[in-house]
Amino acid sequence: MLAEFGYGVLVVTFLVTIYSVIAAYYGARTKSTKLVESARRAMLLTFPLISVSAATLIYLLVNNHYEVSFVYEVTSRSMPTYLKITAWWGGQSGSLVFWAFLLSGFTSAVTLRKWDRDIEFLPWVIVVCGITVTFFLGLVVFYENPFTRFWQVAGGVEPSMFAPIAGAQLFTPADGRGLNPLLRHPGMVIHPPMLYLGFVSFVIPYAFAIAALITGRTDDRWIRLTRRWTLWAWLFLSFGLVLGGRWAYDVLGWGGYWGWDPVEIAAFMPWLTGTAFLHSVMIQEKRGLLKHWNMILVILTYSLVIFGTFLTRSGVLSSVHAFAESAIGPLFFIFIGVSFVAAIALLIWRWPELRGETEMKSMLSREALFLLNNLLFMGILVICFWGVIFPLISELFTGQKVTVGPPFYERATAPLFSALLFLMAIAPLSAWGHSTIQTLGRSMWKSAIAAAVVTVILFITFTQNIGALVGFTIVAFAIFITLQEFWRGARARQKTQGEGFFTALARLTSRNRRRYGGYIIHISMALMAIGILGIEIFQSETQGTLAQGEALDIAGYTVEYRELASWDNAGEGVNYTRAVVDVFKDGIYLGELNPRIDYYAEAQQNMTIPGNRSTLRDDLYVLLVDWQPVSSMGATFKIYVNPLVNWLWIGSLLFLVGILVAAWPDKDPENEPVRVTRSSRQTSAAD
Amino acid sequence: MTETNNTPKRVGVPIWVQIVIWVSLVGLLALMGFGLQRARNPMAELDQPVPDFNLVFYEGYEYNNTAEMKLSDFQGKIVVINIWASWCKPCEQEAPELEQAWQSYKDAGEVVFIGVDYVDTPAGANEYLTKFNITFPNAPDLKSVISSTLNRQMGVPETYLIDREGVLRQVKIGPFSSVEEIDAFINIAR
Amino acid sequence: MKKTLLIFTFVFMLAALFTGTALAQDSTPPTDNEVNAIAKQLYCPVCESTPLDVCPTEACKDWREQIRTMLAEGKTEDEILQHFVDQYGDRVMAEPPAKGFNWIIYLLPPIIILIGAIILFRSLKEWTTPKVVAAGSSVENEAGEASTPKDEYLSKFEEELKKRK
Repeated sequence: MLAEFGYGVLVVTFLVTIYSVIAAYYGARTKSTKLVESARRAMLLTFPLISVSAATLIYLLVNNHYEVSFVYEVTSRSMPTYLKITAWWGGQSGSLVFWAFLLSGFTSAVTLRKWDRDIEFLPWVIVVCGITVTFFLGLVVFYENPFTRFWQVAGGVEPSMFAPIAGAQLFTPADGRGLNPLLRHPGMVIHPPMLYLGFVSFVIPYAFAIAALITGRTDDRWIRLTRRWTLWAWLFLSFGLVLGGRWAYDVLGWGGYWGWDPVEIAAFMPWLTGTAFLHSVMIQEKRGLLKHWNMILVILTYSLVIFGTFLTRSGVLSSVHAFAESAIGPLFFIFIGVSFVAAIALLIWRWPELRGETEMKSMLSREALFLLNNLLFMGILVICFWGVIFPLISELFTGQKVTVGPPFYERATAPLFSALLFLMAIAPLSAWGHSTIQTLGRSMWKSAIAAAVVTVILFITFTQNIGALVGFTIVAFAIFITLQEFWRGARARQKTQGEGFFTALARLTSRNRRRYGGYIIHISMALMAIGILGIEIFQSETQGTLAQGEALDIAGYTVEYRELASWDNAGEGVNYTRAVVDVFKDGIYLGELNPRIDYYAEAQQNMTIPGNRSTLRDDLYVLLVDWQPVSSMGATFKIYVNPLVNWLWIGSLLFLVGILVAAWPDKDPENEPVRVTRSSRQTSAAD
Repeated sequence: MTETNNTPKRVGVPIWVQIVIWVSLVGLLALMGFGLQRARNPMAELDQPVPDFNLVFYEGYEYNNTAEMKLSDFQGKIVVINIWASWCKPCEQEAPELEQAWQSYKDAGEVVFIGVDYVDTPAGANEYLTKFNITFPNAPDLKSVISSTLNRQMGVPETYLIDREGVLRQVKIGPFSSVEEIDAFINIAR
Repeated sequence: MKKTLLIFTFVFMLAALFTGTALAQDSTPPTDNEVNAIAKQLYCPVCESTPLDVCPTEACKDWREQIRTMLAEGKTEDEILQHFVDQYGDRVMAEPPAKGFNWIIYLLPPIIILIGAIILFRSLKEWTTPKVVAAGSSVENEAGEASTPKDEYLSKFEEELKKRK
């Protein structure tokens, strides 16, 4: 009964969104305010509708309704309730409903805003968002219905929404298969929704960009309206990526956080274009340049979101994350085809009207450096994109399957990433419009000296590795310069306003949140770079089979195997094997670690959970690889020492702070000064 | 993706840029279409001739003491190709049944069983073949050519039935559970 | 700027070269670390995107045993890698071998980036061709300010603060 209800609501929502799209379209064509208003209300209706359907699905999940095939696939009786709820996005059909739910939530939020000044955008924003919602709902209604149930028929059990033959009885399995053990980690509980939020919220800037192209109102208005949306979208996406990394580090048991897996890259590509957009959009706001380019970036970002989703869900690429064979591939294919063609056609059509207004004055001006930044981001994007699709190309043309793995990406992107870090350091010093070597040099020499001192100290005390030294120098330089910016701003306020230093610092930041939030993000990026350099260049590892009492030595640590225990947890259907090892450093006892292997009988899957001792200096990451039967009690351990990796996580926390500072809603976000006019432009460089 | 036309005279997108953009888009979509098609058709086409491939048998598991053969050498015989691996648990379920079935066919010479060992090491293969007393011909799937020729996508084991004319007649995904099932499977080509 | 970039590129390429050093051979039974050093460079087709040294599947365990056997037989790292390539195809390597058709993967991204750079610098040049050379100097500070007058960034900043009061 409930399943029918949930499905019925989905179908109704699907019809409502179709109506909304059509009404908005005709409303715009006939300039009928009434029709547009009706479309807007229909769109507002979709969110409560999907919520009801989603609530039904969650109810079924939580209450063990295993006659529903989705519930059977992703939950089991032994799972705690919170996991049953989050199983919502643990499978293909549920996660599509989740997408549609988020999409319609964002669409509703944006249609609720005051439109008086931008009423011509409204119908087209509804059309674009509406089509996307309709598409996802269509996938769910026709292909991946989460409310499909099992029916008892002559030949066995058949999954179907409604009774396949008259009088067929529902079939309810005694227990479900349970969520993939890899997805039961707390990180995995929030990682997908964060990522989806990031993906989905990019639809809003995209819709505005398309609306601007269609209406021909190609001034900066659409950018002003969507700036904050973009920041929030970027926040979610970034946070989703970081959480994914943390999850990999904690659960996948290979001593790393990022494997250059196609699915990871698919999520990383929109982040690259989104980040490039956040920078280049400032040039348009300040200087009226790059209108084309920003349009392209926004469209590219959302296209990459859709494209990445298609790649990972259609089975086109095989990957550890890939959802197995799926019926939605062809429909998805048509959707991306149509949306790419439409976006490109619109861009080409409106191209002449998007020309920039001003000229640049210096190759070292901030806008020039921002452009260089964009070039680097695009370079990384090209490498990622090409690496992801090359195996397909190779198979198509030579019949030869190939792997494009981490070495390719690392070698290709490392110079670009370090150049980006360097730019990140110096760009804030350059002024809008003009800068010279002299002005730049004057403002950076102190930081440069400080960075050089750091480098010398590192060279003497820590490492002679050239790559690492170059990396750390850039990082130190970036941090010093950014801190110097804070210090200078605060000092200036201190002098002019007579405030205390910290008051000045706080007020400075809160009055120029986007700027100083951005700086905080820059510092966090530099901290993350420390972690990445540490683990990439200085990671050491060893592996050995130990008898009880034996020890392995690595990088100053001694890891001694004490004991091992294995037991079943019948209620959860898991077998735990847990080792106890004692950790010493230079003869001093530091405590014990408990690496373990969880075997999920139902899924026939092992999970290798590391025992990790984390300090600011390094992580001691111990994995239980294998163990011998009870008699000998020998066990094989793999041990990594990951220097500095904690800075990656510290950096990501600071990163979060930075984005929150930059993106937190103002009292009146609309009421910002319009782009400065030519005469006042010179003086507004500090904004 | 160019910012070139900033002079007031040339305002539109140059035609060659448009051509480049559309061609790359079509190329990309074609590539995705290819990938999609490949992903959605996991099995070799039924009732179509199977493209030829080489078999380099494991030592001691040759066919009539011939170390290297082609699939086409078996024209006129019914060929049962069983793809397996020593690390594959379900394969172990069907291994005794396959050997038992082979014993009933081998003397007549009408049906040939060929084991194809997918992504395996010689040591592992040897252990497995000895453990289950396999006697029918077996060859490693070098460079995964055989499994990709047969469009194997799902997992191991998979069994392919090729008739006397070299046409693929049936595919079984997953292990057989009985000798009768194997007999029924083969009878389709007889 | 460009020069610095070049230097960085060079340095990082150097760094990349140094990372892949081979392990020495001796007569003692091969250790797990020696096995892993080779396994790290291989990708088993059964578990895509996971290097062999950390892949937990049975197939990969067998592969690691194979490496151990071959090491014990005194095979070199290159011989072992070549064995796996011969047996299982190019896909076992972390990267496509730089030959034939595969060259595209290594050549295309730099070419595109180069084209992008050329377009960018040409556009920049076009934009920077001076129409009116606006004086780089900002508004001068009032005398009483303690800041160094040379620091034009700061002076601008104070301008800004005044405006916002």
